[in-house]
Amino acid sequence: MSDATLFQDAAGVARRPRRWHIAVFLLPAVLVYTAVMILPLVETLRLSLFNTVDGQSTFVGLGNFKVLFGDARWAADFWNALKNNFIFFAIHMLVQNPIGVALAAMLSTPKLRFSAVYRTAIFLPTLLSFVIVGFIWKLILSPIWGVSPYLMDLVGLKSLFSPWLGKPDSALIAVSLISVWQYVGIPMMLIYAALLNIPDEVIEAAECDGVTGWSQFWKIKLPLVLPAIGIISILTFVGNFNAFDLVYTVQGALAGPDKSTDILGTLLYRTFFGFQLQLGDRSMGATIATVMFLIILAGVAFYLFVVQRRIRRYQF
Amino acid sequence: MTRSTIRGLLLATSVLAMAGAAQAEDVTLTVESWRNDDLSIWQEKIIPAFEAKNPGIKVVFSPSAPTEYNAALNAKLDAGSAGDLITCRPFDASLELYNKGHLTSLNDLPGMENFSDVARSAWTTDDGATTFCVPMASVIHGFIYNKDIFDELGLAPPATEDEFFALLDKIKADGNYIPMAMGTKDLWEAATMGYQNIGPTYWKGEEGRKALIAGTQKLTDEGWVEPFRVLAKWKDYLGDGFEAQTYPDSQNLFSLGRAAIFPAGSWEIGLFNTQAQFNMGAFPPPVKTAGDTCYISDHNDIGIGLNAKSANADAAKTFLSFVASPEFADIYANSLPGFFSLNSTAVKMEDPLAQEFVSWREKCQPTIRSTYQILSRGTPNLENETWTESANVINGIDTPEEAAKKLQDGLDSWYKPAE
Repeated sequence: MSDATLFQDAAGVARRPRRWHIAVFLLPAVLVYTAVMILPLVETLRLSLFNTVDGQSTFVGLGNFKVLFGDARWAADFWNALKNNFIFFAIHMLVQNPIGVALAAMLSTPKLRFSAVYRTAIFLPTLLSFVIVGFIWKLILSPIWGVSPYLMDLVGLKSLFSPWLGKPDSALIAVSLISVWQYVGIPMMLIYAALLNIPDEVIEAAECDGVTGWSQFWKIKLPLVLPAIGIISILTFVGNFNAFDLVYTVQGALAGPDKSTDILGTLLYRTFFGFQLQLGDRSMGATIATVMFLIILAGVAFYLFVVQRRIRRYQF
Repeated sequence: MTRSTIRGLLLATSVLAMAGAAQAEDVTLTVESWRNDDLSIWQEKIIPAFEAKNPGIKVVFSPSAPTEYNAALNAKLDAGSAGDLITCRPFDASLELYNKGHLTSLNDLPGMENFSDVARSAWTTDDGATTFCVPMASVIHGFIYNKDIFDELGLAPPATEDEFFALLDKIKADGNYIPMAMGTKDLWEAATMGYQNIGPTYWKGEEGRKALIAGTQKLTDEGWVEPFRVLAKWKDYLGDGFEAQTYPDSQNLFSLGRAAIFPAGSWEIGLFNTQAQFNMGAFPPPVKTAGDTCYISDHNDIGIGLNAKSANADAAKTFLSFVASPEFADIYANSLPGFFSLNSTAVKMEDPLAQEFVSWREKCQPTIRSTYQILSRGTPNLENETWTESANVINGIDTPEEAAKKLQDGLDSWYKPAE
């Protein structure tokens, strides 16, 4: 028996067989990913360095970026979109994620009845198409047919109602909150899963030490789910800076009123594909897409190299 | 069980294959369009009329959503997957398609002689040498009103600006109806139904439009700022929450009888005829003082061209000749009241509202929308900026002067008419 083991070990060291199957199994995923993700990305980056000069596609170096940041109009549009995008992101971070954590904490209370029903109901909007969500909320908030003026009238708050989606001061906040309503289920689910992962021994030990209720949540549970909150933040960041769909369905491609809901995604769409009489400009579109890529890359890199390393993880 | 299923499938495929072979001689033409509202008219009237005369050619009308049409079409044309026939937006959008080689010249198409130079202008190169789309229809701007409400309140259609606002005041004072159904949420309503509707009266139609292109007038000149000033006054007569009122909302408010006046394009006639339960009338944009020449926007809106990469160019040309024929003009203008034929042969229209609109052609000076020819070629795009600024003026975000200045600055940044 020991002979046989020795023999096997020796053979393993002497001629480790090439493990072709790894490459074979990876191949389909690598091919598909390259074809639908990596090639388009590289092509976009390349396109941002070219522009049409006298009908010919010509290499212009960083010329497109110079126009985007140097030309007063392009720069104004871009900074406006970037500013709105940061507000959009900030509202998600301040509203969506705390609510998600709170909902998860409530759901994980063992005494709660019908928790499966709540969980499903809160997660359901995430599964809906953004077209449906946009349409429903446009109707709910409509000053003419909407239920919101009616409901507010019932409780005597009609005077507080205003056509939020049509006012430049409130439109972006309204659109952000619609998006929060739709996606609050995702942080809730992730945090809920993380909370369920906390071993009962830890909780029991805390209770033995007299840490219960709110202080148990703040001192025991929250630090333990911090890595999950980090992941949610980065998902929110990437999702928000890639956002386009909801603004497009609710406010249209011109992201009115007065471009107050224009985010990078809608600016990219208008520039790349054109809108109404405006013709698409692929080079400038690719330039904006490249800048978006760099912003997201910077955010993710910041998270990976600065934040994630400092988050303490607990092994049970 | 499984075997019989497979046998059934095999049988089905072979039958289908045979059916396919039998139809192989037929040529199928696909029409790209943004007029998804017209689907039934194409399927029930236009296509059968054509197919009855041209056996062997099948036509499929495949429309997409209006706001997505241009982007979708450009992508399809670049990818080579666009249909044989392309519905043409007027002016630069289509000119660009021709310059890129996506559309072919239709100068020698039989039937093109049925169209005047003005009718062709929207689909002709700047030098006037080549026409690349067959003109189909134009639309006229004006105001449609609810006759029943007007009768109830004892009102008559206004002729001058003062009468117009006096009329709006009366409806507002009565309090039962929203004076005017328009919202600014979709932006284009404010620009197209507002600025481009009343504007020609102030910038004197073609005279002002051509001067703007030539650079002798600026958007900050009185003739171009004044329509904004008038537009700013509309604010008080729109419904509650007009800032978030969309175009379909406005249509519904009017067709449900809750609003008295609808700043309109003639394309609304078909929809209102089927939905509104009351009598309707129409009046042209009011003039400043009684006796002034009236100007209307009679805008070339739809043409149809041939995809240069079409595999069935001959069949497609047969179809285009049909579109250029008086027969098509008759079917089209009568099944789509409000889309007025550009064919030189006069078409007899049955619809009274459409007749009212078209009668203004005789007493008023027609012009096209000011932003469409040449002026929307650059970045920022003048048409899109006009949408935003018209809505801003009505919402009170910008004063008329600020709005005009922003538009002119944007235009100045790329348009140099002197060169």
